[in-house]
Amino acid sequence: MTSTAPDLRNDQVAAIADKALWIRRRSFQMVYEAQQGHPGGDFSATDILATLYFGVLRYDPKKPRDPDRDRFVMSKGHCTGAFYSVLAAAGYFPEADLSTYMEPLSMLNGHPNRNYLPGVETNTGPLGHGLPVATGIAIAGQIDNADFRTFVLTGDGELQEGSNWEAALTCAHRKLENLTLIIDRNRLQQGARTEDTASLDPLDDKWRAFGWHVEMVDGHDHAQLLDVLSASPKGRGKPLCVIANTFKGKGVSYMHDNVAWHHGVPNKEQYEQAMRELV
Amino acid sequence: MSAAAPSKSGFFDCRDSFAATIEALAEADPRIVTVVSDSVGSSKLGNFRKKFPDRMVNVGIAEQTLVAVGAGLANGGKVPFVSAASCFITGRALEQVKADIAYSNVNVKLIGQSSGVAYGELGPTHHSIEDLAWLRLFNNMKLIVPADPWQTAEAIKAAAAHDGPVFVRVSRMAVPALERPEGAKFEIGKAETLVEGTDATIIANGTMVHRAVAAAKTLAAEGISARVVNMATVNPLDEAVIASAAETGAIVTVEEHSVRGGLGGAVAEVVATTNPVPMRILGFPGFVPTGSAEWLFDHFGLNEAGIADAVRQTIARKK
Repeated sequence: MTSTAPDLRNDQVAAIADKALWIRRRSFQMVYEAQQGHPGGDFSATDILATLYFGVLRYDPKKPRDPDRDRFVMSKGHCTGAFYSVLAAAGYFPEADLSTYMEPLSMLNGHPNRNYLPGVETNTGPLGHGLPVATGIAIAGQIDNADFRTFVLTGDGELQEGSNWEAALTCAHRKLENLTLIIDRNRLQQGARTEDTASLDPLDDKWRAFGWHVEMVDGHDHAQLLDVLSASPKGRGKPLCVIANTFKGKGVSYMHDNVAWHHGVPNKEQYEQAMRELV
Repeated sequence: MSAAAPSKSGFFDCRDSFAATIEALAEADPRIVTVVSDSVGSSKLGNFRKKFPDRMVNVGIAEQTLVAVGAGLANGGKVPFVSAASCFITGRALEQVKADIAYSNVNVKLIGQSSGVAYGELGPTHHSIEDLAWLRLFNNMKLIVPADPWQTAEAIKAAAAHDGPVFVRVSRMAVPALERPEGAKFEIGKAETLVEGTDATIIANGTMVHRAVAAAKTLAAEGISARVVNMATVNPLDEAVIASAAETGAIVTVEEHSVRGGLGGAVAEVVATTNPVPMRILGFPGFVPTGSAEWLFDHFGLNEAGIADAVRQTIARKK
């Protein structure tokens, strides 16, 4: 699917894996130091973010409002540990700034603010906002016949918000092939499993029924993510929904698939154990 | 569907001004697009759609997406005018207005159509007498309530020229063209004094302004000198004009909105914290009973006689 030569592609996948490891370690340090955050969702989204920023998106961190940039909308805006880490890794601001996470007057609010931080496209936090805004961005690109792409990452519990399904209708109606929705399908929301709360399955059928092209991937497999996200959308004639099957807390044994880590914060022993495991 | 007053000679539907102005602006600026939620006809944008079919985005009956798509279009370099019934574009999509437009501080123009009680007998679900109270909390959003066709056109031009979020509240109620001095200009945040006066000041906006002018004429015949200020911009307020109004010693505000949190509330915040003088806030007390818009205006004293009475009573409270 990708046109990159095999050796280069292997190098790229390895580089993405390195970045993902760095993001997990750095975001968990942020959460530990701030004693706040959403580390479970940070970890389920990390591999998706690393793949986007180091394998897929076209951007120049020195020109964050370049009209031709690819857009990435972080709809699951509570997962700022991972989001801010990947933005720093991509060069939007100095890594040292990450140490100010949630401090008074920090640019690094608990949820992202585009007016504070370069690389943030829209202010998110309340769920169900990212896809509708991304829809508008993609429509602007469609009107101008521009070649930038728009990506949006939502949680899965977030899909219980009706606003997503309003936007889903418009995306399909307008055949927004320049839009890609990635669902971080970790199957856990804040309080319980999605399927024990307001069921989403069969999630792929729902998106197909709404007129989308659907791909299912292992959301922790960088090669799979790279293939599906970097494939050209031209001629598909439909928006793309990538259901990335993930685990909340992926990478740390005691957090793995554990709802308690939605917004759990580590004590010193837990932090040190995580750092020993994240190597 | 329309419950607007029948148009009579010399009276205008300000939606026509909105539509003509947005078409002219779009001719000159390719960035301008309109966004609607099956609200083409009620926004009088049928002609815009004919002229610029690729520059109208209709998301269907989906107000959350309506407003959010506006934010996204602005991100993509467009200047979107998002137009729908004021009750729905504000109330139904309030969190999108807050997070996607105001807090994100993007260049989106929200047009609240058929505002106030224009839908009359259709009732409070379709009235928008809460919109200004909700939106006034977003400190960076300009709020404009034009009073007549000229001011509607000027407000739309000013909204297009301003880089940032703007809400323009457009009425479908028939209003006359106000008399203004030659060369009058509209500026966001600047009120206009339509009638000079020294005994009291009536501060009105939107459909209430011409009624306030009529009330001032009634009062003048009795020897009461009432100033009339058209406070078309509710955010930011023209605080200098309010300070000057307080010097007349009595203020009556009049709006096609709830008496809570709208123009009257905004003026009262300034008056109470700077130079307290007797005030009266005219508007609707809350959900209103069944009736046409004109009937509701009369029932709640939002007419020439009611405004004049309120001025007399407020002057009587002067110390």
